[in-house]
Amino acid sequence: MTLPLPDPMLPMRFRVVERFDEQPGVASLALVPVEDAMPLFRPGQFNMLYAFGIGEAAISISGDPHEHGWMVHTIREVGAVSRALARIHPGGMLGLRGPFGAHWPLRRQSGRHLLFVAGGLGLAPLRPAILQALREKTRYASLTLVCGARAPEQMLYRDEVDGWARQPGMDVLRIVDHANAGWTGRVGVVTTLLGAALGPHDPESVSAFVCGPEIMMRFTARDLAIAGVPGGRIWLSLERNMKCAIGRCGRCQWGPDFLCRDGPVLPYDRVARRLAIKEL
Amino acid sequence: MTRIEIEALLADHPDFHQFTAAERARLAAWAREERYPAGTTIFNEEDPADTVFLLLEGDVAVQNALPGGPPVIIETLHTGDMLGWAWLVPPFRRMSDAIAQTDVRAVGLDAAGVRALCNAHPEMGYRLFQNWLPHLVQRFRSQRLQILDVYSERSR
Repeated sequence: MTLPLPDPMLPMRFRVVERFDEQPGVASLALVPVEDAMPLFRPGQFNMLYAFGIGEAAISISGDPHEHGWMVHTIREVGAVSRALARIHPGGMLGLRGPFGAHWPLRRQSGRHLLFVAGGLGLAPLRPAILQALREKTRYASLTLVCGARAPEQMLYRDEVDGWARQPGMDVLRIVDHANAGWTGRVGVVTTLLGAALGPHDPESVSAFVCGPEIMMRFTARDLAIAGVPGGRIWLSLERNMKCAIGRCGRCQWGPDFLCRDGPVLPYDRVARRLAIKEL
Repeated sequence: MTRIEIEALLADHPDFHQFTAAERARLAAWAREERYPAGTTIFNEEDPADTVFLLLEGDVAVQNALPGGPPVIIETLHTGDMLGWAWLVPPFRRMSDAIAQTDVRAVGLDAAGVRALCNAHPEMGYRLFQNWLPHLVQRFRSQRLQILDVYSERSR
């Protein structure tokens, strides 16, 4: 006897068990299923979260892939749906479909130098990959995280990133675009740190995972490729408005790819030319 | 720091190592060691741009004053970076403030002296500008990205 596959268009009910205000307008929710088993996910995948009676939004999973007790999403309020989701308090319910999409191909990078480049909220989809890499760091030659943010107060997961920076075998470089006088950290854009992040490593042996605003990813990936990191070893997490999440509706079509199904994680050598096409 | 030590330092610097020993000696004649404790002002906007700095140690905030508000840091510079570009073009006046974020040690090159050297030895001057230009391009590109304000809602 075979069990029927769950309908991918039917949301499961999840309950918010914890809520953290990360910064104004950004909250993380820890979710547990009400009736169903906790779905497994791979770093880089996303879920469709449903605010009942309002609508659905694609939200990257930002929790630890080895934590099976709950699933974490970090949500920025940018519209009616995300605002409703981000404001659900513990005990509140939402619908969840997923996980969907392509993941960061971490396990295929054994022996290589891993470089994570996060811009703004782009750290959220990278967090599961970073946590997994830290858990199995002997598998990799080195781990480096470059984190950019608009301003010091907008640095995501600040305490946790401080903790990562203290871990042996993990280098963390942080920079903000703007700061008032008195700030003692770096000011500039993430691309200015790529030279230091690549350091003495042979760029051919670097695998880079980049997530942030598309302009930031475009400039970062281009600079990494110019520095000699192979285009097929740079992955970006791309975002378009997703609706069905299973490659049927075409809402998130981007050139030949449906980002919900073929992405969101795609290699740079596949998307480099498309990134430069205006208004795509 | 002696002149010989400065010549040796220039020989190790990626932007100066391809100059001949004689050229480095000429440059070193216009160089001196500079130290700035954390928190001190290295220069202010509108000051004469009379020195260009090669940062040996430490971090520098390049900032501009805003009316009615605290100064805003435009960029930070670090070990190995060059501080100052207003010395390259008239009217040779600083366009920003530079504040030592940490204790800073640098080689300061006398701007008028270096410009005079470049005029007297155009081939050397051309190479010097060729070496300087990538630093300016890098910083120009970075500031374009800052202007795009990539983390704003508008840019997503």
